[in-house]
Amino acid sequence: MTLLTAHNLTRRYPLPRTKLLGKAPFLTAVSNVSFEINPGETFGVVGESGSGKSTLARMAMAFEAPDDGTILFEGQDIHALNAPDLRRLRPDFQMIFQDPFSSLDPRRKVGWSIAEPLRAMGITAPDRVAESFEQVGLHAADGDKYPHEFSGGQRQRIAIARAIITRPKLLIADEAVSALDVSVQAQILNLLMDLQDSLGLGILFISHDLAVVASICDTLLVMQHGKPLEYGPAVDILQNPSHTYTRSLLTAAGDKP
Amino acid sequence: MMYFLIRRTVGFIATLIAVSIVVFAVMNILPGDPALTILGMDATDDALAALREDLGLNEPLLARYFGWVAGALTGDFGLSHSFRVPVSELISERLAMTISLAVAGMLLTLLIALSVGIYAASRHGKAGDWVTMFISQLGIAVPAFWLSILLVLLFAVNLRWLPPGGFPGWSEPVAAMRSLILPTVALALVQSAVLARVTRSSALEVMRQDFTRTARASGLSQRRILWRHVLPNALVPIVTIVGMQFAALVTGTIVIENVFYLPGLGRLIFQSIANRDLPTVQALVMLFAIIVVTANFVVDLLYVLIDPRLKARA
Ligand SMILES: Nc1ncnc2c1ncn2[C@@H]1O[C@H](COP(=O)(O)OP(=O)(O)O)[C@@H](O)[C@H]1O
Ligand SMILES: [Mg+2]
Repeated sequence: MTLLTAHNLTRRYPLPRTKLLGKAPFLTAVSNVSFEINPGETFGVVGESGSGKSTLARMAMAFEAPDDGTILFEGQDIHALNAPDLRRLRPDFQMIFQDPFSSLDPRRKVGWSIAEPLRAMGITAPDRVAESFEQVGLHAADGDKYPHEFSGGQRQRIAIARAIITRPKLLIADEAVSALDVSVQAQILNLLMDLQDSLGLGILFISHDLAVVASICDTLLVMQHGKPLEYGPAVDILQNPSHTYTRSLLTAAGDKP
Repeated sequence: MMYFLIRRTVGFIATLIAVSIVVFAVMNILPGDPALTILGMDATDDALAALREDLGLNEPLLARYFGWVAGALTGDFGLSHSFRVPVSELISERLAMTISLAVAGMLLTLLIALSVGIYAASRHGKAGDWVTMFISQLGIAVPAFWLSILLVLLFAVNLRWLPPGGFPGWSEPVAAMRSLILPTVALALVQSAVLARVTRSSALEVMRQDFTRTARASGLSQRRILWRHVLPNALVPIVTIVGMQFAALVTGTIVIENVFYLPGLGRLIFQSIANRDLPTVQALVMLFAIIVVTANFVVDLLYVLIDPRLKARA
């Protein structure tokens, strides 16, 4: 069974009214996007800033509902579930964010934060917290510190540790390395790839940077202004881009040091 | 940490000293002759001279200041002119009333404001948010004494549920509590309107951060996220405002005690001013200032507890 199926997703946001009467204008942030992610696959979404990637991620995480279309997680329409059922399903798909400075509660020790998803499931398992720490290359003793005592890269490791502690089948990473130094980026990307191997994790990897996406993804979706431009195996798209937009992304990626 | 505490404590004591100098100066230097103020323009020279001797006004200013401070430190504020009893006695009889009002008002404010503010934030942009924020806007616009009069008209005069004013004494606890309900509500409503808005905007600020989404992704319920993550992180601006509000509540008791005929420090300060009872007014102004400065000091200490980053750095 496919892990995640997005079918004709569309999301519109209301814009401020320009006229008192008549229809309120709106912006189509995501327009008619469809794709499939298989278990254990790395699926990349790439596009310039404002192309609707984060909006897509929020819908895939069931943070907000699409105006049109459906998202199935292992065949279940996540937006049709009631709140308790959705909460029960949540451990199966987790997310990490761009900004490792705001994705952890600054008032909580990181050990507490990492264990929180388990507590939400009603599980207390100190050994799994320690295991999670080790999986991301940190020490269990680090659990006694606060987020501000870590560097950006370390915090992103902590965010990943928290995300994988529920043993999810899908991990959504929205610009997860964009805020990090290039050398740290590579470390985090390697970590994600290792985890994918050892845990059989499916990854929905979102970035504006085609170079980063190309280095790890099997399948690729290129977006522009909310619309899907290209969709298919990463190697095909990278070698034979059919749109000038994709080519410009490639050039931009190649120009980078 | 230690350094932070020492610095704040030194600042606290320095502020108190400065305040005592200002209060003393305003009462004793600026307006002219205190004896004349007390006795009025048509007092005889003999009476004035006697009072000056009585108040110790013939001693040098500095000696009088230190005498006053030394007395105050041991709880001796001199003799009240109009009541003919020690000022400390007047104060100790009434302190419990004012403190109870202020503390009860603060607790009620917190209860209303945190619930309403968090509720409005959780309904951001929806009808619930609109309605609560509209009501709080009204609450801010309404003066406390006018609200008190409305409350009295409704609950005491029309519905006859609660007494319109007065105080039966602590020996009748139930009746005493009942007579404090309307004053407490009148004190708290306006302050809760302000604090609810602060709570809402501070909570919205926190909810924009990714960790609330992370918490949602982990399957935590909305309510748990609000009380576990959002409120604790929203506390710093809330505590700042609460500190200022406690000061406002204490001084607000002056109006409320007069509207509701409650025997507290607020009534006393009114009576003393009317009676030109200088030693009593001076002691009360100093006391109110001490309460305000202490509230600010406590807020400073609370910051350390609230924010682990401060704890580490300070
Ligand atoms: N909550 C929102 N309200 C209104 N407009 C939004 C909202 N979220 C995103 N948008 C708009 O939708 C478009 C796509 O945004 P986003 O999904 O964040 O793009 P990306 O992640 O690719 O940079 C942008 O034009 C953005 O301004
Ligand atoms: Mg984005």
